[in-house]
Amino acid sequence: MCLAIPTQITEIDEQQMATVTLGGVERRISLVMTPEAQVGDYVLVHTGYAIAVLDPAEAQASLETFAELAVIQEELDQRADEIH
Amino acid sequence: MKYIDEFRDPALAQQWIVQIHRDAARRHGARPIRLMEFCGGHTHAISRFGLRELLAPAVELRSGPGCPVCVTAAADLDRAIAMADVPGVILATFGDMMRVPGSAGTLYDARGRGADVRIVYSPLDALEIARRHPQQSIVFLGVGFETTAPGMAAALLQAEADGVPNFSLLSLHKLTPPAMRAILEAGEVALDGIIGPGHVSAITGSAAWEFLPREYGIPCAVAGFEPLDILSAIGALVRAVVAGEAAVINTYARGVRPQGNLVAQQLLARAFAVAPADWRGFGVIPDSGLALRQTLAHRDAARLFPIEARPAPQPTGCRCGDVLRGVITPTDCALFRRVCSPRTPVGPCMVSTEGACAAYFQYE
Repeated sequence: MCLAIPTQITEIDEQQMATVTLGGVERRISLVMTPEAQVGDYVLVHTGYAIAVLDPAEAQASLETFAELAVIQEELDQRADEIH
Repeated sequence: MKYIDEFRDPALAQQWIVQIHRDAARRHGARPIRLMEFCGGHTHAISRFGLRELLAPAVELRSGPGCPVCVTAAADLDRAIAMADVPGVILATFGDMMRVPGSAGTLYDARGRGADVRIVYSPLDALEIARRHPQQSIVFLGVGFETTAPGMAAALLQAEADGVPNFSLLSLHKLTPPAMRAILEAGEVALDGIIGPGHVSAITGSAAWEFLPREYGIPCAVAGFEPLDILSAIGALVRAVVAGEAAVINTYARGVRPQGNLVAQQLLARAFAVAPADWRGFGVIPDSGLALRQTLAHRDAARLFPIEARPAPQPTGCRCGDVLRGVITPTDCALFRRVCSPRTPVGPCMVSTEGACAAYFQYE
């Protein structure tokens, strides 16, 4: 129900309606909740409305945090090997 | 950046799982660290990616009440079906609602006997139906949490601005923090942390969950819906539990800001007032629903079609309510898989794809 899908805006008309592709189907969605959205932005779409503009810098930061864990873990495993 | 595949890296996910087991082992407790995933979307994703099994026995993931279709009270659904049966009414709603059993059948049954019931993707589609059928009365059966209600508010305000008189709402919209609070107050299930609903929080902001650490001393991690999103939220919660620290952690910062979406919050405030709401499995929870404001009373289907809500008996043996409160898991219900399946659902938790019973049936 609260499913919201990330998708890229390809066009915006003068009524704050944007064109996006959802599941291979072109749809028009409302930008009334995200007036800051621009063509090229990725937005979260829920029941025909963009509810958030996705922040690429935050996304990148999250991905880097995920990857850091992998590095830390490798070090931990190495240390465990050295002890044993 | 496509915002999907990057968050599904299987090798990284595996490393997170190892790390979560390692961190959880540092806590000395008689039972696993028990976290509740509030949101039905998380329930579905956790089951689909097999995370529940991969994290056991270190971490137990208990499903919560975050499935709007599931928590719709049978009495409210009966009212909606009665409205659909009124001549001249077109009842529009989301597809998930069609198969939910009320005390005397479903909306599909109503359609079978001639009621005009239409499935729409968006409230804006229902508004379009109203424009095309000026002689008929379009009632939107509105379910959903903070994620969904602003779109409904926008459609109602659009109807006002454009002068579309024949468009009304039966608001069964609900607010999530009061239900979370009700579970913690009842104390039926001991929880160590909460996986906060990502798309609800996109509207409300992660700050809406600050009461969890402040008043109940438990951490909350707001999470996205891809495997790495969910695992990093669980990882953060496990570390917080082990350290004995409670805070709100936002692991979905690409879509969730601390203060949420202010435009959406304004839409909610213009159209709705906070009101009591009837939740399946809980009963009436104060200040947990959204009723139409007085200024939109002429679009309130509950007023336009005054149908008395009669107490509706629960289906015999169905433990959907206990599942929704997180007191049991779906497999604890005697009907699960034996009598109750997605093809022959007894309760709504088996109907909605986000219902815990349907997720367990399909994937676990």
